[in-house]
Amino acid sequence: MQGLIAHLAAGLGAGLAVIGAGYGIGRLAGSALEGMARQPEASGDIRTSMIIAAALIEGIAFLSLVICLMLALKA
Amino acid sequence: MTLNMWIAGLLIFLLFRYLARRPITGKSNGGRFLNFLEPFVIYVRSEMVYQNMGEKLGRKFLPLFLTQFFFILFCNLLGLIPVPHFEVLGVEFPGLGTATANLAVCAGLSLTTLFTIFAMGMLEQGPVKYWKHLVPPGIPVLLIPMLFPIEVVGIFIKSFALTIRLFANMVSGHLVIFTFIGLIFIFHSYLVALPAVLFALFIYVLELFVAFLQAFIFTLLSIIFVNMAVHPEH
Repeated sequence: MQGLIAHLAAGLGAGLAVIGAGYGIGRLAGSALEGMARQPEASGDIRTSMIIAAALIEGIAFLSLVICLMLALKA
Repeated sequence: MTLNMWIAGLLIFLLFRYLARRPITGKSNGGRFLNFLEPFVIYVRSEMVYQNMGEKLGRKFLPLFLTQFFFILFCNLLGLIPVPHFEVLGVEFPGLGTATANLAVCAGLSLTTLFTIFAMGMLEQGPVKYWKHLVPPGIPVLLIPMLFPIEVVGIFIKSFALTIRLFANMVSGHLVIFTFIGLIFIFHSYLVALPAVLFALFIYVLELFVAFLQAFIFTLLSIIFVNMAVHPEH
């Protein structure tokens, strides 16, 4: 029973983490594209900052995914 | 995994020892492959280190960040070559895995960043000034005892996040490929094999991009964190 609940928690947690990270990166990319379309000459700087911010969001998402993986494997 | 790391280190040593001597000896022709490596070095130097730290300070830190970038890049790329464990004429070959898909390797790499943040922050600003400048100036005095631990823990969390980001990115790509290949064995069918292999190939190409991206991100974030420690907020 305990293993079952741990697996359930891991699955739900992974899904929730992906929702958050997807929303965050989607908003980020949308705003960055808008900025690039308005100011094409600044697209290089915007792209670099976008990649950094995306990596920060991704890092947090991966942190939760690692926790989910640990839950699923230790259960 | 250890073997992979040694190979990466040896490759970097052999390639860049020759490349670094070229400005001294004045020979401009290094062959195709070494000329191919030069733009990477220039990119790390001018677009990443000098742009964020300035030329004067950046020159001091350039060797560290070049080493970090190329070591992570070579480890990631060598990890993409699938070499299984095998035995030839009684000689055992341990097989190659991604060195950066090991939590200990990633932790060791980000420990260098953590050490540099503390050591260079204290060396550049002076030990007392460094700890005083951790809390941004201009805030109420009552808040300082609360903010100081947060800032100190924040430095450790930054390095921890660096570890987890690199580790999880390298592991997740391999896990997805493993899962796609595993589908063939679960379904026992030729019909599944073709799409599964194609998807695995797609993820493999994506991983090639991620290998470069993670080396870039790790180095860039290290540069930003070290720069924050060396230059306090005004």
